[in-house]
Amino acid sequence: MSKPQEVDTAQLRARYPDVFDRPASTRLATPAMIAAALALLVYGLVDLDFSPSRFVAGLSQLGWISLMMIPPDPGSSLPIYLKALGETLSIALLGTTLAALFALPVSLLAARNVVPSNIFRFPVRRFLDSIRGVDTLIWALVWINVVGLGPFAGVLAIAVSDFGAFGKLFSEAIEGADQKQVEGIRASGGSALHEIRFGLMPQVLPVIAGQVLYFIESNTRSATIIGIVGAGGIGLQLAEQIRVLEWQKVSFLILMILVAVAAIDFISGKLRFAIIGRRAVA
Amino acid sequence: MTLAVSILPEQQLAALNAAYRQAVTRKRLRLLLGIALFIAALVLSAIGAEVNLRTLFSYFGNFISYFDRILTLDSGQRVWTDLGEWLWGWRKWLKMLGETLLISYVGTLTGATFAFGLNFFAAENTSPAPWLRFVVRRLLEFARTVPGIVFALVFVIAFGLGPMAGVLAIAIHSTGALGKLFSEIVENADMKPVEGIRSTGASWLSCMRFAVVPQVTAGYASYALLRFEINVREASVMGFVGAGGIGQELVVAIRKFYYSDVSAILLTIIVTVFIIDITTGWLRSRLFGKEART
Repeated sequence: MSKPQEVDTAQLRARYPDVFDRPASTRLATPAMIAAALALLVYGLVDLDFSPSRFVAGLSQLGWISLMMIPPDPGSSLPIYLKALGETLSIALLGTTLAALFALPVSLLAARNVVPSNIFRFPVRRFLDSIRGVDTLIWALVWINVVGLGPFAGVLAIAVSDFGAFGKLFSEAIEGADQKQVEGIRASGGSALHEIRFGLMPQVLPVIAGQVLYFIESNTRSATIIGIVGAGGIGLQLAEQIRVLEWQKVSFLILMILVAVAAIDFISGKLRFAIIGRRAVA
Repeated sequence: MTLAVSILPEQQLAALNAAYRQAVTRKRLRLLLGIALFIAALVLSAIGAEVNLRTLFSYFGNFISYFDRILTLDSGQRVWTDLGEWLWGWRKWLKMLGETLLISYVGTLTGATFAFGLNFFAAENTSPAPWLRFVVRRLLEFARTVPGIVFALVFVIAFGLGPMAGVLAIAIHSTGALGKLFSEIVENADMKPVEGIRSTGASWLSCMRFAVVPQVTAGYASYALLRFEINVREASVMGFVGAGGIGQELVVAIRKFYYSDVSAILLTIIVTVFIIDITTGWLRSRLFGKEART
C-alpha cells in the first residue's frame, strides 16, 4: 500500500463550505434547543416545588416502603383479591366489546371513503376526538355519579373512552381499505349498504379484530386503576391497602396485576396471530 | 361460472364439491365455536361486573341528565349564555392547567432521558452482556406495566402531596414505555456503522455515540413527542390521588356536585389536549416527515 494521499485541505474547504464553515445559525440551532429545553426543565422543577432535601427524604421513605413490601403477602384476603381480579378482567372484556360494537357504525361515518362530504365527517371526528381527550378515570368519575359506585361504572367508563379511540382507529382502517372491491359491487348494482357489507367489511374485519384484541390487553391495564376512584375491580383493593399502609398486601396486589397482564398479553397475542397472521401485526 | 365448472366429469365434480363443502363447514364450525366461546366469556364477565341491563336502561336517563346538569348554571340558564359566570375560575384553572403541562413536560423529559440511558442495554444488538439485557428489560417492563397512577399513590405517601409525586410517577412510567420503544428502534438500526467504528478500536461507548445515536435520534424524538401527548392526558388525572395538576380541581368539582364547574374544567382539559395533539402532530411532521408518525 502506498502512503495515504496528501489531502489538500484548503481546496476541500473551498469545495464543501457547508461542511467546514457552517453558518452560525445552523451550528447553534441544536445547542440552543437543548438549552431552551433545559431552561424549561429547571423552571418546571422550581415551580413544582422540587427540593433536593424533599427528594432525599422521600427516597429514604420509599426505601422503607419497599422493605416493608417484602415478602408479598395477601394475608387472609386472597379470595377477595381473586374476585377483584376477575371483576377487573370482566370490566376490560365487556367495556372493550361494548365500545367496539358502538364504534363500528360511527367509524363508518368518520371514514373518508364512505362519507365523502367533509361537512358531515368533521363533526363526527371532533366528537370522537373530544371523547378521547377525556381520560378513562374522568369518565369513571362521571359514570359513578350516574350509576353509582361499583364495577358497572367501570364497564361504562371503559366503553365510552374506548369508543373514541376505536372510532378513530376503525375509520383509519376503513380508509386504508382497497376501493376496487367496493367499485366492483357498485358496478354490479349493489346498494350503499351492500358496498359496505360485502366490499369493505371483509377487508377491515381482521384489522379491527386485531385492534380490539390489543385493546382488551391494554384495557386490562386501565381497568386495574379505575378502581382507584371507586369503579370496581382490583384497583379499589389496591388503593385501599395503600391508604391503610398494608405494604405487603400492596406488593402482592401489584404482583397479581403484573401476572394477569402478562397472561392476557400472551393469550391475546396468540389470538391476534391466529386471526390476522404474524406479519400483519408486526 | 357454472358452465366452466361443469365441464368436469360428474364424479370428479362431486368429489371436489364435497371437499369444498367440508372445508366451508369446518370453517363455519370454527367461527361458530369462537363466537359461542366469546359470548360465554361475555356472559360470565357480565355476571362478574354486576351488569344489570335494567339498571342501564333506568340509569341511562341519568347519564343524559348529568350532562344536562353540568351544562346548566346555578341560575338555571345554559352555561354558554353567561360565559363570565361559567368560566369564573379561569385564572385558577389555567394556573392548574399550566401545572399539569409542566408535570407532563418534566416527567416526559426525565423519563426520556432515563430511557435513552437504558435502551442500549435493552436492545439485542447493542447490549454488552445478555444478563444485563435481561435485567434492564425486566426493569423497563415493571416500570411500564404498573400503572402510573399506582406509582403516584405510593409516591404521594413517600414524597408528600403535590406535583412532585405526579412528576416522578410519570417519569417512571415513561421510562418503561419509551425504553421499550427506543430499544426497538435501536434493534432496527443498521449495524454496519457500528462495525466500522469498532474496527478502529473504539470502545462500546464511542460505538453507541457515533454509530447508533445519529441513526436513531429522529425516531427517539418522535416517540418522545407522542409520549408527551399521552402524558398530558395522564397528568390531568394525577390530581385524583393528590399528585398535583388540574385533576385536583376536577375531582373536587365532581365530588361536591359543582355541576357547571365540571363542564368548565372538562372544557379546558379537552381544549388543551386538542392543542397539544395538533401542535405535536405538526411538529412531528415538520421535523421527521409524514411517515415517522406511528
